[in-house]
Amino acid sequence: MTSSFLRKLRILFSSIVLICFFFVFADFMSVIPEKYINSLLYLQFVPSALKYINLTTMAAGGFIIVLLLTLLTGRTYCSFLCPLGIGQDLFSRIGGRIKRKFRRFGYKKPHTIIRYSLLVLTLGTAIFYGLYLVTLLDPYSIFGRFMTYLGEPVILLINNFLTWLLGKFDVYTLHHVDIRGFNPMTYAVPVAFFLLVGTMSFVKGRLYCNMICPVGTLLGLISKVSIFRVKFSESKCTRCGRCSVRCKASCIDFLNYNIDVSRCVNCFNCIDVCPEKALSYSFIASKEKPANTDEGRRKFVAGSLLMLLGITTSARNQDQEGAPVPRKESTVKEPRNFPVCPPGAGSMEEFTKYCTACSLCINACPNNVLQPAVMQYGIAGFMQPVMDYHRSFCTFNCTVCTEICPTNALKPLLLEAKKLTQLGKVFFIKDNCIVKTEKTACGACSEACPTKAVYMVPYEGNLVIPETNQDICIGCGHCEYACPVTPYKAIFVDGNPVHMAAAKPEIKEAEITTPEEFPF
Amino acid sequence: MRRREFFRKSVGAGIAAGAAFSIGGYNKLWAAGTSPEKYDMVAIMGGEPDAMFDLGIQELGGMGTFIRKGQKVLVKPNIGWDVVPELAANTNPNLVKRIIEHCFRAGAKEVYVFDHTCDNWVNTYKNSGIEKAAKAAGAKVVPGNTENYYQEIEIPTAVKLKKAKVHELIMETDVFINVPILKDHNSTRMTACLKNMMGVVWDRGYWHSNDLHQCIADYALFEKKPVLNIIDCYNVMVKHGPQGVSKEDVVQMKSQIITSDWVAGDAAAAKMLSIDPRRVDYIPIAHKMGLGNMNLESLNIKRIKM
Repeated sequence: MTSSFLRKLRILFSSIVLICFFFVFADFMSVIPEKYINSLLYLQFVPSALKYINLTTMAAGGFIIVLLLTLLTGRTYCSFLCPLGIGQDLFSRIGGRIKRKFRRFGYKKPHTIIRYSLLVLTLGTAIFYGLYLVTLLDPYSIFGRFMTYLGEPVILLINNFLTWLLGKFDVYTLHHVDIRGFNPMTYAVPVAFFLLVGTMSFVKGRLYCNMICPVGTLLGLISKVSIFRVKFSESKCTRCGRCSVRCKASCIDFLNYNIDVSRCVNCFNCIDVCPEKALSYSFIASKEKPANTDEGRRKFVAGSLLMLLGITTSARNQDQEGAPVPRKESTVKEPRNFPVCPPGAGSMEEFTKYCTACSLCINACPNNVLQPAVMQYGIAGFMQPVMDYHRSFCTFNCTVCTEICPTNALKPLLLEAKKLTQLGKVFFIKDNCIVKTEKTACGACSEACPTKAVYMVPYEGNLVIPETNQDICIGCGHCEYACPVTPYKAIFVDGNPVHMAAAKPEIKEAEITTPEEFPF
Repeated sequence: MRRREFFRKSVGAGIAAGAAFSIGGYNKLWAAGTSPEKYDMVAIMGGEPDAMFDLGIQELGGMGTFIRKGQKVLVKPNIGWDVVPELAANTNPNLVKRIIEHCFRAGAKEVYVFDHTCDNWVNTYKNSGIEKAAKAAGAKVVPGNTENYYQEIEIPTAVKLKKAKVHELIMETDVFINVPILKDHNSTRMTACLKNMMGVVWDRGYWHSNDLHQCIADYALFEKKPVLNIIDCYNVMVKHGPQGVSKEDVVQMKSQIITSDWVAGDAAAAKMLSIDPRRVDYIPIAHKMGLGNMNLESLNIKRIKM
């Protein structure tokens, strides 16, 4: 095909994809059903591959489709399906509008050493150590973090402004959502990447995709044997070079009629711009094909360039917005052993192995109990979601996070199963409790408990004091959240490193019966 | 309910309803009737929540006694927990709906409904059935989930709760109708009228950590008092309150208490749970502070069985 149809198709398709991704992450009211989110995420390469490794079912085979698509058509994924890639095209376009220089690309040599080193390093660490680099470099996860950490606050700001405006007219259809932010440490990675990817795309088109992105590099390798690709018709070409100038990937060496397919992202701008229609996207076959010798294949040396941003140990940030101030401060520090990982995680070990910190669950959690970890899971688990019961608690009737996880780090749980999954166990610290220290009634913890694993027993005089039954505790953290004592809580949940099954609460008939007469 | 009992009650209810229609006509249920006697409290037993309210409010002279034309009304049910209506952790949605309808009949310009929920508010509004019922009756359902909906007020004569942040609707509406549901409560033993006010403030934790009973009584000093307290005792959570675990915690009492005196209302409600009101600390405290009368013997109570 030589028409500009392909480019238009690409722009239309990718716009729809980007808008869908935008809404999935902007959906702070959880109105989009999980199944739509799942189908949108199905083709995301890294999450799908991880899910496949985890599950080995074809239901998680989105990445295989992407591999086949790449074998057939080249790096279509990068321009049509990757939200980070499409986002970069948008940035690049804005850059080009602002400065002429930023829309003139021209042929550049590939960053062979850097890109293959990064690919090898990423794969190597993933196989031998853990997901660190995958988490850091997976384009979908990077996009997810941009939206969660940087996009969402802006969306909420707009929402809150509109809410305020409508409120003036006595309209309550929208509602205010507090912008509470996360631990400041966790902003380092998304901000650094936003600057990196943002600047690179603003100035140099798809440089990030062709230098750093390991998915881009991997698909680029496969593209080298793809069946369809962009080709020159030497007879028609006048060597005007317009194609090369327009090429965001800087991969068209028009003087040699050569296109570096490993870097071509199938944006089809070149086909569109060529006045002679000398470029076409077509079946490989045909005549001359100078086997694009990529010198890099031999320079396959792993160079280590870890750019982890000086992450130092930092204490768990327990912010206490609007927390009440009791008369006395509590004295006993909660003896915590393990963080609480989200429902569906199974175990901390399994969970941290498959989570790429894309933040979708953090974004989707209606209660904001999921927070990016700082050091709770150790350095490897930086930014993976962890339950923060000082901030909120896990809603009893909710399984959203387990249903949308694209890597299956959180496995789907039926609501009935979730209600009996013990994420952690409750511990009561009597010496911190209001009932003991102030000799006044409280019971906020027991009130909040959905299974009555926390219940009240007679204490001095007319007072009652909490007691716990760990067997039926599911570790939802509502008691800990509700406990009004500061700085340490009088009741807390310690995580189960391996999630367990909670016993069902015992059910007894009520002793009080239906009255026949008014008792007054 | 046994079958026979059901027949007996439904026949009774049928006769009562029939009599009401034939004697006064249905319209009278809505109209501001002329009640010869002034009651401190009306207690109704044996009907559906909405039908009981129809009868009860008529005995008090109709909703028009409490609302003037063009006023803005706040109806504050208990919408605390993310559970279905059958578990009786939240006020019966049909009752809320009927109250709103009466408000509009009485000429209310606007009726608002909200609660500061304990569970996730979006799910709680939805699963309690109250959001839908209130909207169907034409009320505005307003969120109470973030601090910016709350305004600081002072209660100078309070013992503990000298300051609080209350929802803007408390301040901006003309009439306030309190619609709690009677429940067992793990800590205060029971919850109804006075304790339902924990849902109009932002910082409940302060109450819990600064002598809960005193704070509950203190809030009743605040100038914006309910003109009516309608206590839903249709399905009553008699244990594991205030949230409940299963339907075994609920007993169907098919009752309702309507009164302008919330201390009296709480005292009567406590007795429905076989609790001595003197054992619910905030009731005697509020009584001593002159906020109402817990001595039910001295009140003029109209008791109706349907």
